[in-house]
Amino acid sequence: MSYFLDMLLGRLDWDALPFWKMLQEPTTFNIINGTIVTGAASMVVLGGLALVALITWFGKWRVLWSDWLTSVDHKKIGIMFIVVAFVMLARAIIEAVFMRAQQSVGLGGGFLSAEHFGEFFSTHGTIMIFFMAMPFLTGVINYIMPLQIGARDLSFPVMNSISLALTAAGAVLVMVSLVLTPFSTGGWSGYPPFTESPYSPGAGVDYWIWAVTLSTLSSTMTGINFAVTIYKKRAPGMHLMRMPLFCWTALTTAILMIFGMPPLTVATALLALDRYLDFHFFTTDLGGNMMNYVNLFWAFGHPEVYILILPAFGVFSEIFSTFSGKRIYGYKTLVIATISIAALSFTVWLHHFFTMGQDASINAVFGIATMLIGIPTGVKIYDWMLTMYRGRVRLTIPMVYAIGFIMLFVIGGLTGIILANPSIDYQVHNTLFLVAHFHNMLVPGMLFGMLAGYNYWFPKAFGYRLNERWGYRAAYSWIIGFILAFFPLYALGLLGMPRRTVAFLEPAYLPWTIVAGIGALVVLFALFSLIMQLGVSIRRRVTYAVPIGDPWDGFSLEWSTSSPPPEYNFPVIPQIASRDPFRSEKDSGQAYQRPEEYGNIEMPANSALGPVLAVVSFLMTFGLVWYMWWLVIGSGLMGLAALVGRSFVRRTTRIISADEVRRTHESWLDQVARAKAITRADERDTTNQGLAASPVEGAVQ
Amino acid sequence: MMSRRQSIWISHLVQRYQFGLLLCLFVTLAGCSEHHLSFLDPQGPIAAAQRGHYWFVVALSMVVVLPVIVLTPWLVWRYRYGGTAIYRPHWTFSKKMEWLIWGMPVLIVAVLSYVLWTATHALDPYQPLSSDKEPLRVQVVGYDWKWLFIYPEQGIAIAGKLMFPADRPLALELTSNTVMQSFFIPALGSQIYAMNNMVTKLHLAAGAPGTFRGQNAQYNGKHFHEQRFTAEALEPYAFSDFVEAARKTGVPMTRQRYEIFADPSTLSEAERIIDNGTNDGLISFSQVPEGLFEAIVDGPLLARALLPSGPVAMTPRNVSAVPKAPAGASIVPFKKEAAQ
Repeated sequence: MSYFLDMLLGRLDWDALPFWKMLQEPTTFNIINGTIVTGAASMVVLGGLALVALITWFGKWRVLWSDWLTSVDHKKIGIMFIVVAFVMLARAIIEAVFMRAQQSVGLGGGFLSAEHFGEFFSTHGTIMIFFMAMPFLTGVINYIMPLQIGARDLSFPVMNSISLALTAAGAVLVMVSLVLTPFSTGGWSGYPPFTESPYSPGAGVDYWIWAVTLSTLSSTMTGINFAVTIYKKRAPGMHLMRMPLFCWTALTTAILMIFGMPPLTVATALLALDRYLDFHFFTTDLGGNMMNYVNLFWAFGHPEVYILILPAFGVFSEIFSTFSGKRIYGYKTLVIATISIAALSFTVWLHHFFTMGQDASINAVFGIATMLIGIPTGVKIYDWMLTMYRGRVRLTIPMVYAIGFIMLFVIGGLTGIILANPSIDYQVHNTLFLVAHFHNMLVPGMLFGMLAGYNYWFPKAFGYRLNERWGYRAAYSWIIGFILAFFPLYALGLLGMPRRTVAFLEPAYLPWTIVAGIGALVVLFALFSLIMQLGVSIRRRVTYAVPIGDPWDGFSLEWSTSSPPPEYNFPVIPQIASRDPFRSEKDSGQAYQRPEEYGNIEMPANSALGPVLAVVSFLMTFGLVWYMWWLVIGSGLMGLAALVGRSFVRRTTRIISADEVRRTHESWLDQVARAKAITRADERDTTNQGLAASPVEGAVQ
Repeated sequence: MMSRRQSIWISHLVQRYQFGLLLCLFVTLAGCSEHHLSFLDPQGPIAAAQRGHYWFVVALSMVVVLPVIVLTPWLVWRYRYGGTAIYRPHWTFSKKMEWLIWGMPVLIVAVLSYVLWTATHALDPYQPLSSDKEPLRVQVVGYDWKWLFIYPEQGIAIAGKLMFPADRPLALELTSNTVMQSFFIPALGSQIYAMNNMVTKLHLAAGAPGTFRGQNAQYNGKHFHEQRFTAEALEPYAFSDFVEAARKTGVPMTRQRYEIFADPSTLSEAERIIDNGTNDGLISFSQVPEGLFEAIVDGPLLARALLPSGPVAMTPRNVSAVPKAPAGASIVPFKKEAAQ
């Protein structure tokens, strides 16, 4: 019996339950920590059960399966990526609040145990990078890029669904680690030898390894998909130099994903070999060398930084242009700057470990390469400012994020230049200064960009605008919360406070950690505002409706179709004659034309491969974490069967008849004819149905 | 155990820092502590140069940063929708502007790169510091969660404090007996990684006698935040006194003591067993054999082989204070902890 149980459960035992330690040793300290984890675990379990109950109650299983889970529509997959990102964002922000709260009372103690704090910073970083930022930007590109280049879908729609499946499985694995603890304490970077079995023997590091591995595999496939789509699927006349800047950043990001993700997949795979099969790649003994891991990790890690930031740059380029009522300043410059950043991003990885003891000349070369990235980045910021110059700037919600972004981002850029100097890095490396720096790049850069894009494109995806009041509250509290939470960390870093420290003995740190704690609460309010914004908007979706699809008087092709767009995006693939094609059409009065004839449209058929592989990859990695070998083998065979089975599927496409396309399009054109065009003064009013007043002499009205 | 220790720790701190706590609410970056915390309050030539370099980079970068912070709100206001400022929706390029926005950053980065190159070489941690006095050699070993400072020329080793004469530079060699760590005394200068099986080097110097906070800056597990030490620059005579005292009263470095020290534990836990609970945050070892550091670098077994066998906890100074339990028995909890 016990032999059978051991087989069944692997190394899973009572200790994995989050409240077990608290019951065994009920000290106040253990009870506090146990309650926090148990609370979080209950939220995961209850949230999951509530979701299942709600879907059953409303009888939506069939809709969920056939309209969403098995859908290979790039728009639906994009939305699902963003849903994953939002759920994980909520968790990671709450974790951040706990860490800030701990350090606000961390003078010589606090309420979190050191292990618990270690899990907090490890999950926070892992989630924010791999399960918030990556799905968010992947989702936004997924949704917008094909619309902007005039394509009907990505090149490999089923592979797109598999990318989503792997990311979702990884995210679920991280969530499950709350219920069956622990997670790794090795940080998001998982440096060995600390993450090798002699120092971290439990299941925690294995959770981290497999979650990250799933995410990197997903992103490699996503990168291939995006790049091929942009190279092959552009509408006729959409030359590369006519693409919107968001597509340019999507392309460079895709290329970075293709080359940047595999080093991490390899690094985590080698670490897994060390941990599971006693290899010695990064161990302290028998010839292992941790420096190889550090190099591999950052060969991924630095391109990753630009994978995260470039799509946001693309979003901001669109937003600055649209809300300044003006074409983007310096298109070619921005393209050149984007490509330079992407190329340079492969030449600077060593700046993450100037303190590893290499020669001064090597450090100096990498330091200078790092500062070089500051040049194209600075140019971009000035290009955006020149876009506003002599424009007509509307301070909408996306624009608030954008303004907050450029003013805060330059401060992050400044501290980046500081860190690029090895001789200064020797002082601020591994301190909170570094933590403040990368949050300063990623929060105003990446996250503000994605939230701005979310506010900007939400009406396109769902056919109604988001609530303004809660939107502004969210945007301003993000900005204020960011400043309060992270500027003190610069001070703490300069005062020599190391990162990842649960407690400290220096009273001089306390005022700063308290201010940072208050900042975290403001960020928590921002998260609450985002939830309220979505809730209020869904309730008032009829009032906020913009079915015509152009609520912001946009420039690029995605605004020329209905909101939400039909499955096939465009009834007839448009001919592109210029940059900012929709703007040109509106200028010349050519928008909303009835095509001469409609044709049948061939779209990819739904596929169950994605959801099947999501389940399979989750079960397999879960089995690997807990040494349940039967589960690993079983799910491996299931996955193999699913892949082989897929190759026998004959009907991979389906036809949408010309007639249906015509009917849908004509009914929308009738709506356009009935709709009242509005000027930008009424943009945020309920009279905005998504039809912009005709431009006078090319000027936004 | 954890909570009791912490509560003692807190009450101790509150008493000790009551006034400081209030004062610190008002202090700025310079910080306030009896130990110097930061390179912004530099206590040696390296940290001072780093501070200078830091402010230089900040000042020069402001040429690019300030216009953005100042001009952005102005642009948003000046060119607001509904305003009367000039509106050119098709204006998208200006050669002059292009020269300016590429030229300025290029020039600044060129200057910064030159400074970076020279500073990186000048402040290279491997570079010996120029001084008319011979540097003091200290070999640093990182353990979970404490540092050991071996003085090869003096035949002593100490943990918890790094003592050195203020008039001589420090020439450090570092390794780790465990995971990667980062050795860091901010007020004196650079940090550098200490890695198993490898030796890194670091040169530091203090400008005058004083005490400086030192720490591990690379996370290495649950007692990471307790892996701290005090670096003390002493008057030359005081340093020789210290060496003499350590030679005389330090516990001889035996294999058994070394093994206890090398096991995962905090300094105070190790001190309780090895040093008879003197509880001064300091363990002094005498009779440290030559080549111990090199043996540690080559492998833990070699280090053990080098050391003579001997008792664990008995030193002549304080025998009566030793708890009754046999010394060997108290090794067990640490072994357990390591296995967790």
